[in-house]
Amino acid sequence: MNFQKTLKATLLGASLAVIAATGASAKTLVYCSEGSPEGFDTALYTAGTTFDASSKPLYNRLVEFKRGTTEVLPGLAESWEVSEDGLEYTFNLRKGVKFHTTSFFTPSRDFNADDVVFSFERQLKKDHPWHEYTPGTAWEYFNGMSMPDLIKEIVKVDDHTVKFVLNRPEAPMIANLAMDFASIVSAEYADSLASAGTKEQFNQQPVGTGPFAFVGYQKDAVIRYGAHADYWNGKEKIDNLIFAITPDAAVRLQKLKAGECHVMPYPAPADIADIRADSNLTLMEQQGLNVGYLAYNTKVAPFDKKEVRKALNHAVNKQAILDAVFQGSGQAAKNPIPPTMWSYNEATEDDDYNPDLAKEMLAAAGVENLSMKVWAMPVQRPYNPNARRMAEVIQADFAKVGVNVEIVSYEWGEYLSRSKDVDRDGAVLLGWTGDNGDPDNFLAVLLGCDGVGGSNRAQWCNDDFEALIQKAKTVTDKAERTKLYEEAQAVFKDEAPWATIAHSVVFMPMSSKVTGYVMDPLGGHWFDGVDIAE
Amino acid sequence: MLRFLLGRLGLLIPTFFGVTLVAFSFIRLLPGDPLDLLAGERGIDPERKAELMAQMGFDKPLWQQYIDYVIGIFHGDLGTSFASKKPVLDEFLTLFPATAELALCAIILAVCLGIPAGIFAAVKRGTIADQAIMGTALVGYSMPIFWWGLLLIIFFSGILQWTPVSGRISLLYFFPQVTGFMLIDSLLSGEKGAFISAVRHLILPSIVLATIPLAVIARQTRSAMLEVLGEDYVRTARAKGLTPSSVIGLHALRNALIPVVTTIGLQVGVLLAGAILTETIFSWPGIGKWLVDSIARRDYFVVQGGLLLIAGIIMLVNLIVDVLYGLINPRIRHH
Repeated sequence: MNFQKTLKATLLGASLAVIAATGASAKTLVYCSEGSPEGFDTALYTAGTTFDASSKPLYNRLVEFKRGTTEVLPGLAESWEVSEDGLEYTFNLRKGVKFHTTSFFTPSRDFNADDVVFSFERQLKKDHPWHEYTPGTAWEYFNGMSMPDLIKEIVKVDDHTVKFVLNRPEAPMIANLAMDFASIVSAEYADSLASAGTKEQFNQQPVGTGPFAFVGYQKDAVIRYGAHADYWNGKEKIDNLIFAITPDAAVRLQKLKAGECHVMPYPAPADIADIRADSNLTLMEQQGLNVGYLAYNTKVAPFDKKEVRKALNHAVNKQAILDAVFQGSGQAAKNPIPPTMWSYNEATEDDDYNPDLAKEMLAAAGVENLSMKVWAMPVQRPYNPNARRMAEVIQADFAKVGVNVEIVSYEWGEYLSRSKDVDRDGAVLLGWTGDNGDPDNFLAVLLGCDGVGGSNRAQWCNDDFEALIQKAKTVTDKAERTKLYEEAQAVFKDEAPWATIAHSVVFMPMSSKVTGYVMDPLGGHWFDGVDIAE
Repeated sequence: MLRFLLGRLGLLIPTFFGVTLVAFSFIRLLPGDPLDLLAGERGIDPERKAELMAQMGFDKPLWQQYIDYVIGIFHGDLGTSFASKKPVLDEFLTLFPATAELALCAIILAVCLGIPAGIFAAVKRGTIADQAIMGTALVGYSMPIFWWGLLLIIFFSGILQWTPVSGRISLLYFFPQVTGFMLIDSLLSGEKGAFISAVRHLILPSIVLATIPLAVIARQTRSAMLEVLGEDYVRTARAKGLTPSSVIGLHALRNALIPVVTTIGLQVGVLLAGAILTETIFSWPGIGKWLVDSIARRDYFVVQGGLLLIAGIIMLVNLIVDVLYGLINPRIRHH
């Protein structure tokens, strides 16, 4: 016992000495992040973990999402105008914006139109000297959002004015420019690396205009940032931001409890009750901007009949799924878009759980002894923490109405690619997390005619629905777009290409000393505006 | 001895080609490809995908890709990571010291505790002490590493707060990596308390990683010792009137160590496998976790390069063990 006391005293003494030695005056916030960033040039990547470590602390975009919402605010552009025909977007750039001064780069000029043109042209133009600056360069988000087809050209009007010319009107364009891939990088820094012959550093030692500047990265261990002293929006209250990379959720929680970090993402559902009970911790929660669904193949009999799909929807017991799969961290879905998104149709009536009705409807549709496959994803996703378990619940539900279900699964890459097949056999469990908060990003991507054979897993192409969402793309008035999307959701509900299952709830535990943290409905983690009470 | 060494080195050549072939085909046999995984639910246009596959050389026939890979190895080029866009060798060299430091500490711990425990159990054969040691070793041998690591963290870091939860050193310290070995770098940095912090961070992961090798070494030492203790020359030594400690220390141990050294050599593979779990639990930035993440991403060059380098290390350690074996046991090197 004496030995224990002595040891504890020695160790405690040692750690206090450490704190004293490094000085306690600088405010440091430690975030126990869940994984390592792939790199720091955001536009090269698609993973949220990489965005959290790159675009969010280091860069700004022309427009920014208002923290905690999907509303778009001015960022590096102070204002913008859209031409009558919706084809030209002119941005007036903010003046006096400084890039980070770091140990590896000292900017000689402020942010200007050249940086904007560079940031996009390198992704757009195949002959741009930075288009393939490092092996395996793939501007996958830019491509995934169909930007190469959409953007005709990007014109520098003067040092503080940039014009985007589009090939067709696209109402979600402004929201797209608030996305991570649209982060503005420094053209001057790129030039200096190009002349030094060290282009690959662009992805390893980033320079941006954001609230924090890059200090250092020890691979798979620690990322360090310092507050940007000349930040255009005012210097941050915390001086140092540290990402302590901690892949295991249970270990993250132990670190949070031991005070080794202040904020952690993605707690294990089983730990939620324990976190709530801990008076030193605060648990924030928010509905995720996502949807988990079961997509029938509407091209294959008998699922080409809407009566059959509707009947099966009445056979799904969503409450049982929420209890078994989400363990309290989910909410039943009635629309294909989440309730936090604008234009969500409150008036939609969900298909209630009614096995008797389902049986009657199946009999009326002439379907007997139906056997079908249900595809269960092999991975955990925000919108579906356990697809296998979900498939089992659905299997049991469908058995009650006389439908025999075989559960199938493939490796994740295979799953994604095979489920696109138009002749696919079976209904697929999948989901979506929003990119930019625009309903078009759900309705057109997941249910539009262009997505058949691709991201439209129901292979559903409905003329009424398509007309509504196509019109909504070209209209800039938000009230009018809202109306169109509400109508589209009504068509969707009536046609039932999916069984809409759930939207998940995202939890964020943190030390109760942390103030000013705002959860992002798009799932990102932002530390500007955050402070720690002494 | 030279012939013995040359023979051993000669064996490395077919092993090398075997490893390159296994590493190359292993990752390609897994279904799915890096681009589908990168694109996720968003998907990727088939034309765009073909273009990127060509850019990375994945459109060439497999035999051509294999030859390119082997030629690359001889030029010291293991390819570039698809995720980080950095050369595989650079990534390996950055991360390997962390794994090596942890593995070395673990094996030292396992040897320093395992051999005495095994000798003690052998000498006290059949007593309660023997049964207790061997029982504990059996438990250690069958310990689920992930569970064991978390248990130690919750108890020692969470409840008692004796050790830090995870990482290699306190975040307060920030100095450049010189050797990559945190114990050495922390001393070189000259920062007060850095070394102690590095030691404290090493305690739990070393214990967790040492658990299985410790148990194996203790059991192996005990049985080797028992065998030797029954030999005629040991009886002769005793009959000469030597003290029990010199009988065990001088005569028995040296012979008993021969199979134990082999066992220690074989534990290197076990350590590297255990490192995958240990590194994940303790957020230890080593090659185990790097390789697992890369398999999940189908980062072809990292997986085939990383496997080759790890296999190279295991082959090297086994070569050293073979040589040591020859030194301890003259009969081997003469055959």
